[in-house]
Amino acid sequence: MSNIKETAVEVTNLHKEFILSQAKNSTFKQTVVNIVKKNKKVTQKVLDGVSFEVKKGDFFGIVGRNGSGKSTLLKLISGIYTPTSGKIILNGGLTPFIELGVGFNPELSGRDNVFLNGALLGFNRKQMDAMYNDIVAFAELEPFMGQKLKNYSSGMQVRLAFSIAIKAKNEILIFDEVLAVGDEAFKRKCMDVFEKYKAEGQTVILVTHDMSTVRKFCNRVILLKDGKIIKEGNPQEVADEYSKLNQQQIDRETVDTNEISNKMNLSVELSSAKNRDTPKVSFLVGESILVNVLWDKSVTADIVMLDLFKQSGEHITNFKTIRDKISCNKVNKVNNISLGFEAMLTPGKYSFIISLRNKKDDEIESAYGVGSFTVIDNWSLVKLAWSGLVPIAHSWKE
Amino acid sequence: MVSTDFKVRYQNSVLGYMWSLLKPLFLFAILYVVFTYIIPLGKGVEHYPVYLLTGVILWNFFTEATAQGTISVVMRGDLIRKISIPRYLVVIASALSALINLGLSLIVILIFALLSGILPSFSWLLLIPLIVELFVFALGISFFLSALFVKFRDVSYIWEIVMQAGFYATPIIYPLINVPAYLHKWFFLNPMAQIIQDARYFLVTKTSITVWSTIDSALALIPFVVVIMALIIGGVYFKRHSKYFAEDI
Repeated sequence: MSNIKETAVEVTNLHKEFILSQAKNSTFKQTVVNIVKKNKKVTQKVLDGVSFEVKKGDFFGIVGRNGSGKSTLLKLISGIYTPTSGKIILNGGLTPFIELGVGFNPELSGRDNVFLNGALLGFNRKQMDAMYNDIVAFAELEPFMGQKLKNYSSGMQVRLAFSIAIKAKNEILIFDEVLAVGDEAFKRKCMDVFEKYKAEGQTVILVTHDMSTVRKFCNRVILLKDGKIIKEGNPQEVADEYSKLNQQQIDRETVDTNEISNKMNLSVELSSAKNRDTPKVSFLVGESILVNVLWDKSVTADIVMLDLFKQSGEHITNFKTIRDKISCNKVNKVNNISLGFEAMLTPGKYSFIISLRNKKDDEIESAYGVGSFTVIDNWSLVKLAWSGLVPIAHSWKE
Repeated sequence: MVSTDFKVRYQNSVLGYMWSLLKPLFLFAILYVVFTYIIPLGKGVEHYPVYLLTGVILWNFFTEATAQGTISVVMRGDLIRKISIPRYLVVIASALSALINLGLSLIVILIFALLSGILPSFSWLLLIPLIVELFVFALGISFFLSALFVKFRDVSYIWEIVMQAGFYATPIIYPLINVPAYLHKWFFLNPMAQIIQDARYFLVTKTSITVWSTIDSALALIPFVVVIMALIIGGVYFKRHSKYFAEDI
């Protein structure tokens, strides 16, 4: 046996264009109108020269932001779409799971649905007979198989569909991220199954935008942007590139929205501690953030208070000048103050409530939801994902 | 998939499968009353009730198969967008489900035939190749129309009108004998006329005018050529366009 692994999927210079729907002729009348008006077909390039290779036994990840073309790529590999140009060579049978329970019919019994779903996925009666008991056992639905699907709870339906998906064996399996929608327990079950595939050396192609899944399972990843592969390699490299991509995007979108106007011109500007001159609104986990609060010269503020909130509503912490024995009103009338802290926060969106106060600690002016920023996964700092609001300094003892 | 189609279609109606039989039977009852007692078209035709029923049921299959076939691909759009089953299966499944109906209806015809005193004969077996021809014809048209329907949703309405005209252009309610003889050969350009007349010939009465008794040259094969052409053109058109179904639906 040679060490070189066999190719499972080979994609060469794949292009895909769509005719945009408003330009499509869906009635004869429209066709005639379009011909008379000489409306040109509006096409959209979704994939623009994509080439890659999946080896047998690979756990291959395809990642990208929304609209990067990953779902189209998946449908092309599955044979649902036909490429505009380029080639896809499949070496072995392929079962795609773009959605669970395709073709499920609520009017039929659970049993009939299992066979129907199997037939649609390309299994014959014999193969299904062999798999049937396994599927039902895994779904833990034996007593219900004779009942109509419409009498199942939605959880039962998902369980049944999922059991079919994971018991169905084929040489190449493709999963779309939509599979991971569900409650925590279900997600965990998905992860267990992926774990098993990985251990068994099953060839899997996984399409997702969840980096932690990719890092956990995939051995090779491609990153798509605007229909092109912009990064290919091991999960670590691609994950870093992906974080960078997200950061750029967020910066572009939200830099302007942090300007606020009120009568005292209370405003806030964020930047990285390393580079104070460029405003920034996205930070990697652990990056030093500098929050510069500015207000009108005419206001005498003695105390400045900042409350940090997560977008989901949790109050993370409170910063107050007086508590840290900082006086804002020492000699001259100061009209700005900077706060620095490390973004040891879980990835997500955050914002401040800022309050200017007088000597008696009464509020003079406040601004809500300002200085919003996004914290992005920093895979080179945090090797394993953690969850919760903030990591707490801690130690272990044996 | 065929059995699903069929099971689901009648699941919620009380009479279930019976409806697929009752529909053509009611049409037959109406036509029978109208054309026997009000406008006696069937006068002079042996076993006119069975004669009429045969025509109605074969035509009914053709209408049902092509109408269902036309919308089949779009109806199953959810499947086509999510899995890569061979697209032609969708059309064949819908045609087969109509064929099951036809099978049941044929039993009714045979019972009627026996009741009206027609003796069973071996020529009844010749219905089988006729039904194959009918099925192939309906399938060819379904392939073409279903692919066209993905792009142009007017197709189903246009086809409905064509079928309405076709009902009168085909000798179903009136015996061909009432039509001037020089027109007969033009009627047989339509494979449906040939199929229905042949079926009557084998099943009901030897007085049924067939393409064979009208044209005695190789030209009598024209209806078959039309059927084969329908399958080829429909099949090729379908194949060419089926690649883009997923994105066009």
